[in-house]
Amino acid sequence: MDVLTENFSLYGKGLLGTVELTGYASLLALGLGVLMAAFRVAPVGSLRAIGTVWVAVLRNTPLTLLFFAVLLGLPRFGLVLPFTTFAVLALGCYTSAFICEAVRSGINTVPVGQGEAARSLGLTFEQTLGAVIMPQAFRAVIPPIGSTLIALAKNSAIAGSFSVTELLGTYKNLNELGYSIIWSFVWIAVGYLIVTLTISAVFNVLETRWGVPR
Amino acid sequence: MTHTALYDIPGPRTRRRHRIYGALTTVAILALLSWFGYLLYDTGQFEAQKWRPFQYKGIQELLLRGLGNTLKAFAYAAVLALVLGAVLAAGRLSEHRPVRWLATLLIEFFRAMPVLVMIFFVFVALKVQPLPALVTGLTLYNGSVLAEVFRTGVGSVDRGQREAAYSLGMRKTQVMSYVLVPQGLRAMLPAIISQLVVALKDTSLGFLITYEEFLHAGKLIAGNLDYDLPFIPVVLVISPIYIGMCMLLSWFANWVAKRQRRNPKVEAAEVARPEPGTVLPGSGTPGGGQA
Repeated sequence: MDVLTENFSLYGKGLLGTVELTGYASLLALGLGVLMAAFRVAPVGSLRAIGTVWVAVLRNTPLTLLFFAVLLGLPRFGLVLPFTTFAVLALGCYTSAFICEAVRSGINTVPVGQGEAARSLGLTFEQTLGAVIMPQAFRAVIPPIGSTLIALAKNSAIAGSFSVTELLGTYKNLNELGYSIIWSFVWIAVGYLIVTLTISAVFNVLETRWGVPR
Repeated sequence: MTHTALYDIPGPRTRRRHRIYGALTTVAILALLSWFGYLLYDTGQFEAQKWRPFQYKGIQELLLRGLGNTLKAFAYAAVLALVLGAVLAAGRLSEHRPVRWLATLLIEFFRAMPVLVMIFFVFVALKVQPLPALVTGLTLYNGSVLAEVFRTGVGSVDRGQREAAYSLGMRKTQVMSYVLVPQGLRAMLPAIISQLVVALKDTSLGFLITYEEFLHAGKLIAGNLDYDLPFIPVVLVISPIYIGMCMLLSWFANWVAKRQRRNPKVEAAEVARPEPGTVLPGSGTPGGGQA
C-alpha cells in the first residue's frame, strides 16, 4: 500500500501518460481506420488495393517491430519528433488496420437491398450514406471497436520500453527508489484494469443505447 | 468486387469516371513510393557499406540464430497456451461452482492485463530468465484467450448432440471427449490458428526483455559503427521475414476456414474469436480481430 501512497504522483503521471497515449492513438486509429475502410469498399480498384495492402501488412506486423522501425527508423530520414508522437503514430497506424476491418464488416452487415431501396427513393449518395447505411453500420461496429480500443490501451505498454512516459515504465523508477517490486506491479496492474474497464464500460453504455438489440 | 450496399452497379459514364480516379490514385501511389525510394537513396541507405554485413557468414548466422530463438519461443508458447487453454476451458465448463469461478477469474484477469506487464512481472519481479519469462507471459495471455475459443467452440455444437450422448448413458467426460470436442474442434480451428498468429507476433516482445530473438539480432547489426549504422537496411531485411511468417500463418487460418465452409461435416457454427479484454463476464460478443 505504501508504494501507492508515497508515489502517487509518479503513478498518476504514468497513468496519465497511458491515457494520453491511448486517447491520441485512438483518434488517429479511428480516423485512419475509417478512411481505409472507405478505400476498401470503394468502387475504384487502386483505392481498394491500398486498403487491402494496408490491412494485410499492418495486421501481420509485430507491434514491437513497428515501434522499433518508427521510433528508431524515422529519425534517420531527418524526421525528429518527440518519442510520444512517434509512439502515437505507431500505435495509431497499427490499430487502424483492426478498426478498418471492424468498420468494413459493419458496412457489409447492411443488406444490399437497403442501398437499392434508398437509391430508388431518389436519395443521393450522401443521403444514402448518412441516413441509411451509417446508422445501421454504426450499431454493428460498436462492440468490435470497443475491443480493439481495449487492445490498443494494453498495447500502449510497449511504448514504455521506448522511453515514453506511461504506466508500465514507472516500475523502473520505483525499482531504483528501492520499493517492493511485486507491490509496484500490483498497482500497475490496477492502473491498467482501471483504463480497460473504463473503455469497456463506455462501450457497454454505447451498446445498450445504440447497439443491435439481441 | 464484393458488392456493398453503398454503391450502385456503375453505368458506362461512372465506369469511365472510376477509371480516371483509379489512374490518378495509381499515379499518386507511384509518386509516393518513388519519393520514399528517393528518400532512402538521398540519405545513403543504398550505399554498399551499409549492406555489406549481410554478406558475412557470422552475421547471417546471428540472424538465423535470432530467427530460431523466435520460433523456439513461439513453439513453446503455442504448445503451452493450447494446454493451458484446454485446462481453463475445462474449468469454466466444470459443474463445480468454485472451479468455474476460479477459471473465470483467471481467464478474465489474464485477458485484461497487457501481455507485456505479465512478461515484465515474471522477468523483473520473479527474476526469471528471458525465455521462460517470455513464454510464461505469452502462455498466460494466449491460453486465456484460447480457453474462451474452446468454450465457445464446444458450446457451438448442436444441443441435440449433447442430449443424445447423455441419453445413450455416456458420462460427462465421455460426452465431452467423444462427442462435443471433436465436433467443436473443427469449428474452432481457424480461430485457434489466428490466435497463434497473435502469439507469433508477440514473441517480438522478447526483444524488450533482452531475449536474443530476431529483432534483437537485428539491433545488434544496426548498431554496428563499422557498417555505418545500417539501421534502415536491417529493417528492410527483417520486416519482410517477420511479416511474411505471420501472413503465412494468417493465410493458413483463412484457408482452413474457407475449406471448412465447404465441408458438410462442420455443422457447428463458426467460432468467432471472443472479444479480447472485455472483463465483464457475459458481455462477450464475437468481435473482429485484435492483437
